[in-house]
Amino acid sequence: MLKITCPFCGPRNESEFVHGGPEKPRRPEDPAALSDTDWIDHLTVPDNPMGPVREKWWHLRGCGQWVTITRDTVSHDILDEDGHDRR
Amino acid sequence: MQRYSVFSLARNALTHHRDWQPAWRSPPLKDAYDVVIVGAGGHGLAAAYYLAKNHGITDVAVLEKGWLGGGNVARNTVTIRSNYMRDESIPFYVKTVALFDGLTKDLNYNLMYSKRSMIDVVQTYPKLREIKRRMLHMDLYGSTYEPITVSELRQRIPALTGGGTDSRLPIIAGMVHTDAAVCRHDAVAWGYARGADAYGVEMHQNTAVKSLLRGSDGRIAGVETNRGTVKARKVALAVSGHTTSLTETLGLRLPLKTFNLTAFVSEPVKPLIDVVVNCPDIGVYLSQSDRGELVIGGAPDPGQSFRRDIKQNVFEDAVAAMLELFPAFKRLKLMRQWGGSLEIAHDATPIVSRTAVPGLYITAGWWGGFKAIPAGGFTLAHLVAKDEAHPLTEPFSLERFRHLDFVLESGTTTAR
Repeated sequence: MLKITCPFCGPRNESEFVHGGPEKPRRPEDPAALSDTDWIDHLTVPDNPMGPVREKWWHLRGCGQWVTITRDTVSHDILDEDGHDRR
Repeated sequence: MQRYSVFSLARNALTHHRDWQPAWRSPPLKDAYDVVIVGAGGHGLAAAYYLAKNHGITDVAVLEKGWLGGGNVARNTVTIRSNYMRDESIPFYVKTVALFDGLTKDLNYNLMYSKRSMIDVVQTYPKLREIKRRMLHMDLYGSTYEPITVSELRQRIPALTGGGTDSRLPIIAGMVHTDAAVCRHDAVAWGYARGADAYGVEMHQNTAVKSLLRGSDGRIAGVETNRGTVKARKVALAVSGHTTSLTETLGLRLPLKTFNLTAFVSEPVKPLIDVVVNCPDIGVYLSQSDRGELVIGGAPDPGQSFRRDIKQNVFEDAVAAMLELFPAFKRLKLMRQWGGSLEIAHDATPIVSRTAVPGLYITAGWWGGFKAIPAGGFTLAHLVAKDEAHPLTEPFSLERFRHLDFVLESGTTTAR
């Protein structure tokens, strides 16, 4: 089970959270200027690395805050903003 | 190929079983093949078999990182069914059930194929409406789905004692899918491997593909492995969970995310359940194996994951859900647990397709891909041999994303 740090409640069990999917890339400033391929990529292609992903979690069974974390998809370690491993 | 039969068994018994041949050869790795298939799992081996059998292409190598049949073909819950929702999906799964029906004979390999009904235990009205709609769709394609009453449901599954009228989610209906079956998963991989080997296809285990190689003409040129470069005119990827890891070596990004799906088995008990029980509202499904173990599957771990072990909370959730309906199972000991990494595409429908790199084909996004092995291999072989999609998998092409023409499937996972 992950231990996710909520900015209000501190480190809490994963079971209090609902997974909110990977963080979406920023919407391009001018979608009309993109090629079709780039636009479809933006809409449908997520990052799927064997390594860190940015993802959102919702502290539903807690304070209701949305949290964005960086988590390694192989080790499940949650990394700090500066890339340090925090077990 | 040495054929298996009651006579060969008797003959070999007379010679004290010393004359059995290995089921497949282990030839040295050549440096070039016509077709390289990455991944000796169900789909890869089935594709190799049908390439040789139906299309006469036998200069084929199947490269496998670990051992043959050691990936997701060994890490599933062996349910074969065709109760899907969409016009695009149902004919494909009807085909796969039909191929499974004759597969033991076709491969001359005992798959321990056992036809048994799947019964859906319905506990909410939205699910009931969805499942009845599925029934009407399936009727059009010759797949079976029939409603049964709650009392009949309880009669057919005596162990189902929970979900009474005073529970939080009382059982309101049941649906029977008589096309469902289970079989021995290892035998599917071994049977296809033996069949492909007989046609001259080579299987190379402990051969990890590190990256894909592209020629100066933009076509696929081969693969780079831990045993050196292998050139190929065509390459097909059948590497559940790791498709993007390989295609990204060519800068090719795909609409796939990798997840971990959990399953576990109980200690063996006397025959108790003779159908596959699916409880979509609470997210658990189970069947009993020939050895008496209950094979139980739950919902996936929600975040992206490349792990093959399972998370305690995902496991506990599945067990807690199961005990709601089967309180007597509280006393069962659970013996083994495992996870598999598999992919889900942006619209949750599999991808069997050409890619932007000519000569590179993928079969990916299988979520419950075990049942799809025969038809998946059959259609992938067609795609590789003819460079055009088989009619059954035309809707599963990567092109659909380009036109935002998604196939939104509600029957993909049993536990949903």
